[in-house]
Amino acid sequence: MQCVVTGGNVKVLAKAIHSLSRIGDELYVEPQGDGLALRSVNSSRSAYACFLFAPLFFSRYNIRKEVNFRCKMAIKSVQTVFRSVATLEKTVEKCHIELDEAKDRLTFTLHCKHGLLKTHNLSYQDSESLQAVFDKDSYANVFRAHPRLLVDTVVHFPLSVEEVTVTVSDERMWVRNHVEDERSRAMLTELCLASDEFDHFAVKAHHSITFCLKELRGLLAFAESTGLLLSMYLDEPGSPVVLSVTDSVLEGNFVLATLSDDHNLYGRDLGSPLYQPDAEQPPPPDDFMNDDIDSYLIAMDTSVAPGPSAANPPTTSLAAARETPSDRHRIRRHSEEEEDGDRLPNKKFRSIFFGSVLPPSPQTSMQPVPTQEVLASNSEDETEAD
Amino acid sequence: MKFRGKIIDVACLNHFSRVITTISKLTKTCVMRLTPDNLFFVLSGKVTNGGVSMWCELHQANFFDEFQMEGVSSEFNEICLEVTPENLSRALKTVQNAKSVKVKLTKKHCPCLTVAAELPSLSSNSRVVTHDVPVEVVPRSLWHEFKEPSMPDFDVSIYLPPLKTMKNVVDRMKNLSNFLVMEANLSGEMNLKIETDLVSVTTHFKDLGNPSWGKTSGPIRLPVPQINPNVVEVTRMTPHVSTGDAASQDGGASQSRDPEAMAEVRVDIRKLQQFLVGQQVNPSKAMCNIVHQSVVHLILLHDDVSLQYFIPAVA
Repeated sequence: MQCVVTGGNVKVLAKAIHSLSRIGDELYVEPQGDGLALRSVNSSRSAYACFLFAPLFFSRYNIRKEVNFRCKMAIKSVQTVFRSVATLEKTVEKCHIELDEAKDRLTFTLHCKHGLLKTHNLSYQDSESLQAVFDKDSYANVFRAHPRLLVDTVVHFPLSVEEVTVTVSDERMWVRNHVEDERSRAMLTELCLASDEFDHFAVKAHHSITFCLKELRGLLAFAESTGLLLSMYLDEPGSPVVLSVTDSVLEGNFVLATLSDDHNLYGRDLGSPLYQPDAEQPPPPDDFMNDDIDSYLIAMDTSVAPGPSAANPPTTSLAAARETPSDRHRIRRHSEEEEDGDRLPNKKFRSIFFGSVLPPSPQTSMQPVPTQEVLASNSEDETEAD
Repeated sequence: MKFRGKIIDVACLNHFSRVITTISKLTKTCVMRLTPDNLFFVLSGKVTNGGVSMWCELHQANFFDEFQMEGVSSEFNEICLEVTPENLSRALKTVQNAKSVKVKLTKKHCPCLTVAAELPSLSSNSRVVTHDVPVEVVPRSLWHEFKEPSMPDFDVSIYLPPLKTMKNVVDRMKNLSNFLVMEANLSGEMNLKIETDLVSVTTHFKDLGNPSWGKTSGPIRLPVPQINPNVVEVTRMTPHVSTGDAASQDGGASQSRDPEAMAEVRVDIRKLQQFLVGQQVNPSKAMCNIVHQSVVHLILLHDDVSLQYFIPAVA
């Protein structure tokens, strides 16, 4: 394999590698007939990302068609090749990627200004193909927007927020941070976007799904720097959300697992009786200007009650909140042991299925294979190569 | 109990969020007191927070375009909430470009201060973001803990050097020692000292000026600035005299004092650093009162914001 990337495309390649590094620790490289595929998956297999750079993306793209070559390598070492994207843009004129099968090395050569040559020899491991199986075209809800819109949305959520819940209706999309325990003292943030802010807004089913924010941030960084429109495909809770960017010479797909509501206990699930009415029907935006102060009344015992815990807690939720430690992590860890555990959602991200573990039928939609449910990230990588 | 405030002006919003951020750097939780005219952020000097206490006072009219509140009762027309200023600061930071921001007391899964902002959007509809910051309602019986601290009967009162300079000095000293001695006299001199077995470092400041605390009874008026006559004169009351014994306050300790004699306090250097690092108020005036071997009382004034911070002496 030998490819040459020139000019602004070096930066695009660098950005793609950086956003893949948000997903997993390893970069899977597969030169294909239709282009160079770069992929990554996280250790719990709940997130997968793939960039496919078409031959036209490169100023030269030669592969040996007869051999199916695939490899994986530590993404950190590839990141070092493209460390500073800012200086890369100014100094690098050309990037050669060459495979030396005799030495098991992938060589990145950066041709910089003033004849400076930087060569990185990276060793790799053989690997099987890594291919998530998803069929985004069958998804009920499709959205397309300029990345700026989503960047402006996620900026409202602090970096400590791990998951967001996206709820869609015919005309709006609500994004809020996902809090497992409704009684926790975490700050709740909700943002409402109108359909006309999107370039494309097609809703067939009103779903509410929860997924990780970290990977979305990763793809957003890529989409924003390249200015490509971002498409979002979402379906029912439990089936993965697909985020993609496309261009004539490249395609990027991020497939993220969503929280499943198998047990129908998921407090924020639409239709669940536990779902708070005011949250289910978030107020229309015009309410913002016309709300009445009386609707924000907090009933309070105003008498000077004796004793330290005076105020006869107005609501049970307040009382409960006092007892519940605010530390989310503790709650998470012990949620299953909690007495009324049936109120708590079972945090289960359904893992994404991979082509290599299934018969090789590339574009099959989600097979009803027994779900491999994966909780938090586990021990090191357990790819199918092992 | 009801409360709703609305900020439209970007400068006010920015200023408000800087004040909250400053407070969030000083304490994890504090009490927010709302009265028809003012907002207060209070930290009472308990052992659990290292004995430091804080009193921050804002005039609501200077920040809010609309401000409606109904206290616990007509007799006690106040609302007292325990808040996490960091959450509030985070919520306000993300809405800096909003067309308008509302802060209101709401009843969600628990009592919340809801920050609702109307953001500019690409469409005709505004984008609306809401942040629900959980709070706890402080019962009437505990209100007495959150009264304005009394003005200490200080030995020396002095204007502080530029806070940035002071921060740079304290940052360096923190690497060498955990405790710092702050000393000042009535001739406008202040020293910051550390002493360890290996090294003694002193930074001397001079010509700082000493505020003249005018003769008052009851609430003290803040001194007319001597150094920067241009700054807005702040006539709003800040510290109260605890006893009403104004004479001892005014003349007493400070006037009969040898102008060269230093009053000193040994403090936890982290507490002082926290104060210097976190402040984003850009005060028009910064001063400090020292009660010999007892407490440092730091005061920042900026238009209609006043921030007082007390650091107790350590042995």
